[in-house]
Amino acid sequence: MSKVLILAEHDGSALNASTAKCVSCAADMGSDSIDIAVLAAQTDGIAAEAAALTGVTQVLSVERPENAAPLAAVIAPQLVALAADYDYVLAPSTTFGKDVLPRAAALAGVPQVSDIMEVAGPRRFKRPIYAGNAIITVSVPEGSKIFATVRIASSRAAPAANEAAPITAADINASLPAHTRFVGLQAGGGDRPDLQTARRVVSGGRALGSSDNFDLIYGLADKLAAGVGASRAAVDAGYVPNDMQVGQTGKIIAPDLYLAFGISGAIQHLTGIKDAGTIVAVNKDPDAPIFEVADIGLVGDLFEVIPEIERALGG
Amino acid sequence: MKILVCLKRVVDYNVRIRVKPDASGVVTDGVKMSINPFDEIALEEALRIREAGDAQEVIALSIGDADCQQQLRTGLAMGADRAILVGTDTAIEPLTAARAILEIIKREEPGLVILGKQAIDDDCNQTGQMLAALWDRPQATFASKLQLAGDKATITREVDAGLEQIEVDLPAVITTDLRLNEPRYVKLPDIMKAKKKPLESLSLGELGVTETLGLQIEDYASPPERAKGIMVGDVTELLSTLRDKDLIG
Repeated sequence: MSKVLILAEHDGSALNASTAKCVSCAADMGSDSIDIAVLAAQTDGIAAEAAALTGVTQVLSVERPENAAPLAAVIAPQLVALAADYDYVLAPSTTFGKDVLPRAAALAGVPQVSDIMEVAGPRRFKRPIYAGNAIITVSVPEGSKIFATVRIASSRAAPAANEAAPITAADINASLPAHTRFVGLQAGGGDRPDLQTARRVVSGGRALGSSDNFDLIYGLADKLAAGVGASRAAVDAGYVPNDMQVGQTGKIIAPDLYLAFGISGAIQHLTGIKDAGTIVAVNKDPDAPIFEVADIGLVGDLFEVIPEIERALGG
Repeated sequence: MKILVCLKRVVDYNVRIRVKPDASGVVTDGVKMSINPFDEIALEEALRIREAGDAQEVIALSIGDADCQQQLRTGLAMGADRAILVGTDTAIEPLTAARAILEIIKREEPGLVILGKQAIDDDCNQTGQMLAALWDRPQATFASKLQLAGDKATITREVDAGLEQIEVDLPAVITTDLRLNEPRYVKLPDIMKAKKKPLESLSLGELGVTETLGLQIEDYASPPERAKGIMVGDVTELLSTLRDKDLIG
């Protein structure tokens, strides 16, 4: 009997799509049960969404005012208390999961497997190192609880189930620290599709030249119902907010279609798009490294190419 | 206040990584080694805090074999006051590193520990969080801004949803993101001066830290390569190719 506990990611009201990806990773482990822990100030809506995912056995709901913000110092001790009877504890490899899970693993006194990209056996996992330039297979010795984050670009999302799993209120006896306090969140994104789950992504680089010129990228993205990404150079230059950065230290994404405009293709950026279905690159420089990984390349000036695409797409 | 900064020796970020033919690791012979870039940002931040008068001493710490002295000397040349090398000949995992750093914390009692959010070799992104857990202190990961006010710090964190601000009581662990600062360049006279700064060496064993057998790496492989792409001549050809693949309407 192996039991998996997944830490749900949410924004306080809705479940983040990364949680459904952890469920399918857990299913790949051949586990006997998959439970999801929802820690929030108000859990109802989030827990209901989690309970509706295929493969979920039970949802554990922990409703406390302290869980209003996703503070690792507050979440981790509760997760460890919940994890007592589980063999695996999973979280998505998002900034949330990366923040919380190592803290929980250390409290439990066990190492962590980061960024599982493939389950090679019940205790064997593949994960990328060196920005994805090498893949290692790691095994966890028997007898040790496994804490792991799931590389969400590598997993498919568990679909909705016909019947919802039961939701149980969990009582946790963990003392929570007051030394860390949430001040606020300045959200970067708008109404566009979420970069990490969008089926199409339009991305811009330093060649855009200014924040205003990025409107070209937004315009095309809206026409394609696409999410918007950017290279580190464009973020560093202040053209777009940090949450749009794609790459080794930004977001790792796997859309069906990735359109890169004016992105030269530093290896750290390419790491973030390797799992994309089709990569299209438009760049003035025929020698830009992005063309080495692009499925379709076009040498051209993005300031001419984007309006031309828009005209061709019409309406 | 003292600030402890952790510096990991890693393959330089410009090196093209190659997996050894026997799958036992990546090629590191004759390869340029550097301070993990995120740790360099951590050191820069510590130096700026000291220069602003909010800290008196910056201590650089590395864990690894004797070659790590090179990176510690670079850290001293950047401006760290002294360095500590915790020696070990085997690669250690983040939990062991966190246990070792905790022992140094007990001796030095820093007000801040700053380290990179991840090392660019194993990309684990764990050590700072694990250290904060073992130390039972706050953590502020992925920091892009750090403001000190007495015994508190306000940190702006780069998270998936945007920029998050949290306030922590000191002492605390901070892990750095890329936009926290731009590290200074080392000047030649500073390299000379750094040779005279104290560098203490001790072993993991002397700290009472035993290496636990955690994860075992079975093999290393190169990532699957993408199929060779095509070049198109114009927008019309681009769009018809995308339509053929059913990627646009």
